Amino acid sequence: MSAVCSLFQLHDESREYGMGDYEGAQARWCPGCGDHSVLSATQRLLARENLPPEKTVFVSGIGCSSRFPHYINTYGFHGVHGRALPVATGVKLHRPDLHVFVVMGDGDCISIGAGHWIHAIRYNVDMVALLLDNEIYGLTKMQTSPTTPQGYVTNTQPRGSYLPPMNPIEATLGVTNASFVAQTAEWVPAHMLATMEAAYRHPGFSFVRILQRCPHFTDDLFGELPKHPERVQLLVHEHGIDLEALEGRFPNRLAHDPADLDEARRLAEDASVIRLGVFFRDDSRPRYEETRHLPAYTAPEKLELLERELDRYAV
Amino acid sequence: MSTRLPVVGDDPVFSAEQPSSPRVLERAQYTVEVVSDSGEGAQSCGQILGTVSAKMGNGVWTVEIIPAEVQPPPRNPAGASGNRVRIGSGPVTNWGDRTDLIVAFNEQALLARHRLDALEPGAVILIESMWQDHDDEGIRAEWSAAMEELGAAGYRIIHVPAHEQCLALTENPYLGKNMFMLGILTELFDRDTALIGAQIRHRFRKKDESVAERSIDLLELGIAWARENLDFRVSVPPVPGDRDMVVMNGNQAVALGAVAAGMELAAMYPITPATSVSHQLGEMFERFGGIVHQAEDEIAAAGVAIGASYAGKTAFTITSGPGLALKTEFLGLAVMTETPLVLVDVQRGGPSTGLPTKVEQSDLLAAIFGQPGDAPHVVLAPATIEECFHVMVTARRIAETFRALVIVLSDANLATGVQPFPRPELDQAWIASAPDQSPVPEGKAPYAWDEQTGLSQRFIPGQPGGMFTVTGLAHDERSKVAYTSDINQWSSAMRSRKIAVLGQTLRPPSLNGDDAGDLLIVGWGSTKGAIEEAVARARDEGLSVSSLHLTFLSPLEPGLAEIFSRFQKVMTVEINYSDEPDGPFVTHQNRRRGQLSWLLRAQTLVDVDCWTRVLGEPLRPGAILEVIRSNCGAGGER
Ligand SMILES: Cc1ncc(C[n+]2csc(CCOP(=O)(O)OP(=O)(O)O)c2C)c(N)n1
Ligand SMILES: [Mg+2]
Repeated sequence: MSAVCSLFQLHDESREYGMGDYEGAQARWCPGCGDHSVLSATQRLLARENLPPEKTVFVSGIGCSSRFPHYINTYGFHGVHGRALPVATGVKLHRPDLHVFVVMGDGDCISIGAGHWIHAIRYNVDMVALLLDNEIYGLTKMQTSPTTPQGYVTNTQPRGSYLPPMNPIEATLGVTNASFVAQTAEWVPAHMLATMEAAYRHPGFSFVRILQRCPHFTDDLFGELPKHPERVQLLVHEHGIDLEALEGRFPNRLAHDPADLDEARRLAEDASVIRLGVFFRDDSRPRYEETRHLPAYTAPEKLELLERELDRYAV
Repeated sequence: MSTRLPVVGDDPVFSAEQPSSPRVLERAQYTVEVVSDSGEGAQSCGQILGTVSAKMGNGVWTVEIIPAEVQPPPRNPAGASGNRVRIGSGPVTNWGDRTDLIVAFNEQALLARHRLDALEPGAVILIESMWQDHDDEGIRAEWSAAMEELGAAGYRIIHVPAHEQCLALTENPYLGKNMFMLGILTELFDRDTALIGAQIRHRFRKKDESVAERSIDLLELGIAWARENLDFRVSVPPVPGDRDMVVMNGNQAVALGAVAAGMELAAMYPITPATSVSHQLGEMFERFGGIVHQAEDEIAAAGVAIGASYAGKTAFTITSGPGLALKTEFLGLAVMTETPLVLVDVQRGGPSTGLPTKVEQSDLLAAIFGQPGDAPHVVLAPATIEECFHVMVTARRIAETFRALVIVLSDANLATGVQPFPRPELDQAWIASAPDQSPVPEGKAPYAWDEQTGLSQRFIPGQPGGMFTVTGLAHDERSKVAYTSDINQWSSAMRSRKIAVLGQTLRPPSLNGDDAGDLLIVGWGSTKGAIEEAVARARDEGLSVSSLHLTFLSPLEPGLAEIFSRFQKVMTVEINYSDEPDGPFVTHQNRRRGQLSWLLRAQTLVDVDCWTRVLGEPLRPGAILEVIRSNCGAGGER
């Protein structure tokens, strides 16, 4: 997401914002919930990019993760289940000067919101979409989500989830006009922050799947992972993410050029290892909002234009 | 020129071949229909006749005759496609009862109209005669059967060898015959050929110039043929008015009204009969700095409009019944978050896919009560094409002032009907001002509800110091999620109070006719013209009837119970379904009534009766007159 020249007042460039400026209400997630660390990384990103809180909007759906906007001191829109992306699209179309972030759960984005998700990828409107994927329905208490692993016991599929899970990265990469697709994990904060930063700076729709621990319902899915860095492979590249600091902890590294879509798809498809990094990016993809020209007219100018329009219907 | 004599009726007055001076019928009102298979252009023929008549100063009301399919099988009564044009010396407010003259491209389309009782007894029929001795035996048989069926009705049938005539100028008369027919109408009604030519050129402006030129040649051919072969002309002299007029259909008026209101974002998903608003906007909105967003579905369209409204000027979304159903959850969100939003529902027949191209007024209760949870909001209905324009300005203002959802109920009759109306005197005050970006004073809450009115001032992203999160969860005035029991009671009251306040600012509706009497007809939406014409005719007959037309359905206009008390009987006339009072198993208690009557009964405790029809066409004033006759002095259900 790039800075856009503002139709509206420009913010005071001289003001420096710190983490504290983005502090919202006390977060009510469970202790140990991965959403907490996503929240801190996000606040860190905003401070680093010095985004004025009033020029920043977080849009979410419904779910544990979708409570996010309440806990960050920016403008927020906590809407309906599955439909954060259309709301965010409306915000951005009307107000290209605002920095728009979308926070969704896996049920929210991949299940009920799947239609909007696919189309938002294609619209490629300049915003950051964060998928907080705990591979379960948290808020409604442990129902199978589209990303729940096959065989995993849930309240709706007590004999184990019936189908192989959907792969959100693979699916996103399959959509025409995808322009930024990355995966990170909230238990690797440095990687998460670097990924979000790359996403924010990418002009277009940046899709970031964040693997998220849910100690309450799916502790056995991601709970152990922080102790097993060997199960993770970092995708590294100068045009993606390459953090020296992580070299020691994550020895399994693969050089991957995010410009290579075929390779990105191949890597996404292979589930033998958890890959973190930027799978694909292309900053030159057409953005929907760019195709819409918005001449700014004053009210008198509009009236004059409308008179000419009415002339066409004159008797 | 013609090789075959036009067949004329028995009336010797009309039997002259190549009349030297045709008889001129002077009329204050005259109704014409043009019907063809779809794709043959009867619609543009009718539309041009209507538009040019309006431009020449006539009152006009046009109604599209549309099959549901894009390309129904040819020569099939179900496929009749075209236009009815009612032309008047003065204003015309509805489509009337039956047509005086019909131009038909084949006898099956003609039969369809005949069977729908759309033709006046003795109507003039101009029928393409090529089918009479067509090579296909089946077609010849169909023709003979049709002529037999029509023959009994006493029409004056005139054969028009349009196909054969057009062959002189084009290899494929199926494309272009409509211009020949338009030529005939041009001659019959003495329409201004320069205006007709301009309309034709406008219609084909995106095509090669030769298309318009050939069309005009065909038009002239039609004029010449009519001159030589038709023994009558129709004169509907316009009564000159002193106001500048414009002529357009209701969807065009909605689109222009949205621009006049200063709205800048319309989100939609294609659905008949609402779609043409977006076509209209698509052509011009961007020139005004506006965006038409075609979303992936109606739900997304509502979401985009809400997001846009939340971040700036009020946006709108436009749809029809099935789309209204899909948007429901988002409408509740708009109400709960008090995000201004305008939704235009161009109603069609329902439920489900229903009658996609036909008029109905069946979404009223869904529009008012269709959102789960208590979701107070505003519903209003334009009654004329002119009101389709102005309603957008009103809707936008109410949405913003009251932080409210405003649903505008138009319908297929208004959407496609063309009518001249006084040119709007544009006012800068109509245009939405730029969103407030001033700093929010410290301590101010995003829902600082005024206890008396429920009103509060919204914060818009970009306003320093106003950061807060809107939420669809029950919340307090700081938009904090409600964790105590009294907050929901209080915030519900605040959202409801706004609507009561708006209701108090409305004027009681005015009556058409006397202030008291035997019968009061109550209507809403596009039926106004037909109801008022019926009431005028009934009053001419000496009947004691008045009518009242509601624009605001939620909140209802004030004073209704008092007005109703002055009439022996009150009944609504609507285009939605109701049980007949004497139907099997129907009792006074369980009778399912017209939607407005249901509402009025609940709100006024008056035993409001109803008469409704869902025939897929606008109401005919003559039918309403019958209802008035049989209910005047009857006392009815009271
Ligand atoms: C229309 C609708 N359907 C269902 C729900 C109930 N619901 C709320 S959140 C949720 C799923 C939450 O799971 P997810 O999106 O993965 O978010 P998480 O809680 O795991 O962060 C569901 C089914 C709802 N609020 N609205
Ligand atoms: Mg989840």
